[in-house]
Amino acid sequence: MAFRCSFQKGLIHLRQSNTSSIRLATTKTTTLASSSAQKQSQPSGQQQQQQRTSSPTSGTSSSNKTKSLKGLGRDVVFIDGVRTPFLTSFTSYKDLMGYHLARHALLGLVKRTKIDKSTPEYCVMGTVIQEVKTSNVAREALLSAGFPESIPGHTVTMACISSNVALASAANNIATGQNEAVIAGGVEYMSDVPIRYPRSMRKLMLSLNRAKSTPQRLGLITKMLSVKNFTPEAPAIAEFSTGEIMGQSADRLAAAFNVTRREQDEYAQRSHKLAQEAAEKGHLDDIVPMHIPGAEDVVSRDNGVRVSTLEQMSKLKPAFIKPHGTVTAASSSFITDGASASLVTSVEKAKELGLKPKAYLRRYIFTSQDPKDQLLLGPTYATAKLLEQAGLTLNDIDVFEFHEAFAGQILANLKALNSDYFAQKYLNRSSKVGEIPLDKFNVWGGSLSLGHPFGATGVRLVTTAANRLIKENKRLALVAACAAGGQGHAMLVERYQ
Amino acid sequence: MASAIFTTFLCRQQRFLTLTRSPVATQLWTRLASTSVQQQTANKPVNLQQLKNLKVDYQDDIAVVQFNQENSKVNTLSKGMMDEFVPLFEQLQNDDKVKGIVVMSAKPGSFIAGADINMLESAKNRDELFKISRNGQDIMHQIEQSRKPIVAAIAGSCLGGGFEVALACHYRIAMNDKRTGFGVPEIKLGLLPGAGGTQRLVQKLSLPDALDLVLTGKEVKTKKAKSLGLVDAVVEPIGPGLQAAEEKNIDYLRSVAVQKAKELTFKKHVKPQPGLLENIKSKIMSTSYVQNYIFEQAKKKVMSQTQGLYPAPLKILDVIKQTVESGSKVGYNAEAEGFADLGATSESKALISLFHGRTECKKNKYGKPEREVKNIAVIGAGLMGAGVAHVSIDKGFNVILRDQTTKALSRGYSQITKGYQGYVKRKRLTNAEYDRILANLECQTTFDNLEKCDMVIEAVFEDLGLKQKVLAEIEQRIPEHCVFASNTSALPIHKIAANSKRPEKVIGMHYFSPVDKMELLEIVRAKQTSDDTVRSAVSVGLKQGKVVIVVGDGPGFYTTRLLMFAGAEVFRLLQEGASPKDIDKATKKFGFPVGSATLFDEVGIDVAAHIARDMQAVFGDRLADKSMPALFQDLVSNNLHGRKTGQGLYIYQAGVKGGDREVNPKFTELIKNYAAEAKEQITTETIQWRTGLRFLNEAARCLEEKIITSPTDGDIGAVFGLGFPPMKGGPFRFMDTYGVSKIVDLMNSYRSKYGERFAPTQLLVDMAKEDKKFYS
Repeated sequence: MAFRCSFQKGLIHLRQSNTSSIRLATTKTTTLASSSAQKQSQPSGQQQQQQRTSSPTSGTSSSNKTKSLKGLGRDVVFIDGVRTPFLTSFTSYKDLMGYHLARHALLGLVKRTKIDKSTPEYCVMGTVIQEVKTSNVAREALLSAGFPESIPGHTVTMACISSNVALASAANNIATGQNEAVIAGGVEYMSDVPIRYPRSMRKLMLSLNRAKSTPQRLGLITKMLSVKNFTPEAPAIAEFSTGEIMGQSADRLAAAFNVTRREQDEYAQRSHKLAQEAAEKGHLDDIVPMHIPGAEDVVSRDNGVRVSTLEQMSKLKPAFIKPHGTVTAASSSFITDGASASLVTSVEKAKELGLKPKAYLRRYIFTSQDPKDQLLLGPTYATAKLLEQAGLTLNDIDVFEFHEAFAGQILANLKALNSDYFAQKYLNRSSKVGEIPLDKFNVWGGSLSLGHPFGATGVRLVTTAANRLIKENKRLALVAACAAGGQGHAMLVERYQ
Repeated sequence: MASAIFTTFLCRQQRFLTLTRSPVATQLWTRLASTSVQQQTANKPVNLQQLKNLKVDYQDDIAVVQFNQENSKVNTLSKGMMDEFVPLFEQLQNDDKVKGIVVMSAKPGSFIAGADINMLESAKNRDELFKISRNGQDIMHQIEQSRKPIVAAIAGSCLGGGFEVALACHYRIAMNDKRTGFGVPEIKLGLLPGAGGTQRLVQKLSLPDALDLVLTGKEVKTKKAKSLGLVDAVVEPIGPGLQAAEEKNIDYLRSVAVQKAKELTFKKHVKPQPGLLENIKSKIMSTSYVQNYIFEQAKKKVMSQTQGLYPAPLKILDVIKQTVESGSKVGYNAEAEGFADLGATSESKALISLFHGRTECKKNKYGKPEREVKNIAVIGAGLMGAGVAHVSIDKGFNVILRDQTTKALSRGYSQITKGYQGYVKRKRLTNAEYDRILANLECQTTFDNLEKCDMVIEAVFEDLGLKQKVLAEIEQRIPEHCVFASNTSALPIHKIAANSKRPEKVIGMHYFSPVDKMELLEIVRAKQTSDDTVRSAVSVGLKQGKVVIVVGDGPGFYTTRLLMFAGAEVFRLLQEGASPKDIDKATKKFGFPVGSATLFDEVGIDVAAHIARDMQAVFGDRLADKSMPALFQDLVSNNLHGRKTGQGLYIYQAGVKGGDREVNPKFTELIKNYAAEAKEQITTETIQWRTGLRFLNEAARCLEEKIITSPTDGDIGAVFGLGFPPMKGGPFRFMDTYGVSKIVDLMNSYRSKYGERFAPTQLLVDMAKEDKKFYS
């Protein structure tokens, strides 16, 4: 009886505190109003905390039934995130290995948060193109960075949202009480990728291993002597299920949403301009400068930011669909090396360590759709569904951080979100999600300009969202990204105060 | 194996006849403008509002003409279309505001699918055919000579006359989707592409490539067309965006084409320079020695594949040879002459009749079943069972393949995967599609999930007791509504259903081997079979891509019955001292793809023996005297089972093929015991007529006994199931062409020599009297 009673109370509190604080935050009386709301909801928040710890089952059912900002379980806080400078592949990082970058991100995180290396209990990292020698790059990075041997780590992959998965699993571990402090990160190293012998040759080589007699071996070796067997096999850049290169899909997507070449060029230019501005103003302080053995100077800035004129951009030929395509090298994200890392803990642990979290990690979602014609529409699906689950609208969001795979992809997603036809036909909604105001959208640049190390971008997005919430003094951010395979991800990030 | 009666060899011939896989191409060949077109062009301005089959609008200085045939899913070069197109085209030519033209279709999936065959059929004589061809050539010529650039934006089937239109345009942009394909399928109707198609293909392609397209009538997809140089640019289709994908794609293609047309108004299209290798290749190709060699080879191939029975390929070779040797002026004339000649041949008429019949048998005449079939179980993973599963898993059915042993299942599974891997190799499927299709197949030795099935198709050994046992076992596990279909070539369906709890749900579905290649499905309806069961079977068959005929539950149904009546005469001839080689030679010369003696080895003499015994018991001497089943039995007990045991009428050895095979001396020895007196000398002609007449007469008798419901079904069944020569159109079309009364006379004369088995059936006698035809 007592349980049920308190559970219902908690439910009411939950609803009230959420809706009231959201409404307050969205009315433009920002600082004063939200801080007072915070004060008001403080005691009830604590009350909830107690209930949740005393009756986890009822807590579960409550958030299932209610539309809320929060997912299940305990609150998860994002302490801070860092990254290496993102560099175009084959530049200053070209003689390293992927785990070196991951190691540097981990060391940077320790330095930035001032935690002891024994504090994290677990580490998850995302990566896409694996170096076979370090297939579990999370563990190799931990060991090489001198973390205690007792910290386990695993590596996940989900294309461009791999480190979003890392963050999500870290958040899950905290929310369910498995862990108190987890590192989530990601790394991508494209300056070196595994290039294989063709299958026929691999087969012969592997049977050579097992051959027992010299004549057998000789027989196999003579079979190898064909040009075909020495034609290398680069890692496929095409979508496995459709055989299509992502750029082609992006070009077709842009056409489907009537995105013109001009619009794409303008968007790409915007991204580079904003990135340059952000760097100049010092907003990109998640970067941890890196010393490279033998290099003249420290690497402390992203090197892909390049503001070009529209005229220069308009001269480029289409990169994927020739001759009538609209996506060019200038409006595509480029191949990048880089790593990122972040620390995620429970509220209690943060307090215990004396850390001031930057944000709460709230609800998140993974979605998937047609990998052929809607390959890069993940953000649309994920945003629509996440807002629906949280009971929010676009108006409630102060900060948008979307992954920019292609300018055409971003603009197509913005148009899809703002289309009644698309909402009714594909999103199972009665009307469109709405228009995202560009003045809240990727205002410190994005993957187009900063670079896009596949496995590391997700953590950069969340870190940037948290930093922007603080700098802009706002409350709620939405992070969204698309990924190969026709998948999408979105996460709500709430400022910690 | 089960009813693996009919053989692989039939397929080869079928290639000539498989008109097209594209469902939209209901109307195929070049229907060219009728003679009236030119009178109508008399400079009358076209009222753009009143166009019924075309849409015209302008984007900047480019006119976009969209084919949009009224009341039709596809565009054809119908009279209505051409009557509007020709004057409109002239008007656009004279309109100074128009700098370029884009032609495209407003219909998704069909650029121009060719045209109305009825139109050609209504041409009264050779002269009219000649005029039709000339007229078409003229229109294409006008398009080609246009001072303004004309861009063809192609999405959907672009066949026959449609392809000829596209070839006449100055630039071709094609959508790279599954529905877009290019081809000149006229040869499949015994014709040639008569609106400049032979000429432009020879210009645009290397000689072997051009011959390949024209002589096979095959359809090439966009990518291949691009690599051949038939298409200048490719557009990848896009998905849904702010509107549905189909509309969006038309817009997209249009915008790309308009852009190109604008570009062409100030910059002439220059073909990319061929590489050094290409240059050398084309130099070599253009020497007369090489060209003659190519023509010789092509002719040899045509002769070996058709025995010279089809006039169209030979005529096409002739036309193209004249073009290459004497230039296009002669060429165009030869093309028109050839077109007129071919259009008047009985072969073309027969092929067109078959085309109509096939189209009819691809339609569902029986209506929708109450419950749509979704889940199918196939019992028996042999050649037939696996084949049935093969043609089902890619059509949206979930298929359970059941056999008693895992070994049998593995063999069946490998058969299916091998088939589909072949499609991947030939780029008919992508790897992902292959994976997804195979995911619809579940192989099991148990009867799990049978309770979810809507249809069970059994393909176990041809043994009545076994089939009854399987039915009893299955009936305990399937739901009320589930149809039980038996794949049998001769076992009576009512007997299989004798102990059934719900005989109205039992039906025969006679597939032909190999199931994935043979198009025919003979559905056998027993007396007690309900209408809804027939509807279920027909709709499944059609979905499987089959040409479906529904026949009655008489002994041997329709196809097996014809086969056995003709076969009985074959064995009689053998008994009279003819060699299997004589039989094969004569029947192949008639146009059967496999010799009638070899056919028994392929079918399996043991299987034939079974059927012969049962059918002899029913038909008695009308089929054959008692020596035939006895002879069969003797062959079987001496292990002469046909190809599968390595010996039958012939000896089968690895590496020895076709005509090189030797007649089995054991057979020659055995048949001596059954020797019969030859009443006259056995010649090629007597072999052809004796086997042929038995076949024809029995076909007519099946119609008389209502085993088949129409001559069309009869023709389709005989051609697609038994390999009856397609250029003769099937037994009924053949009798019509030859004359029923002449057939009756012939039969009577053979009857006087050989007895009652040559007695013409009453239907034929009556028809001969009244001078009637099967097809009116």
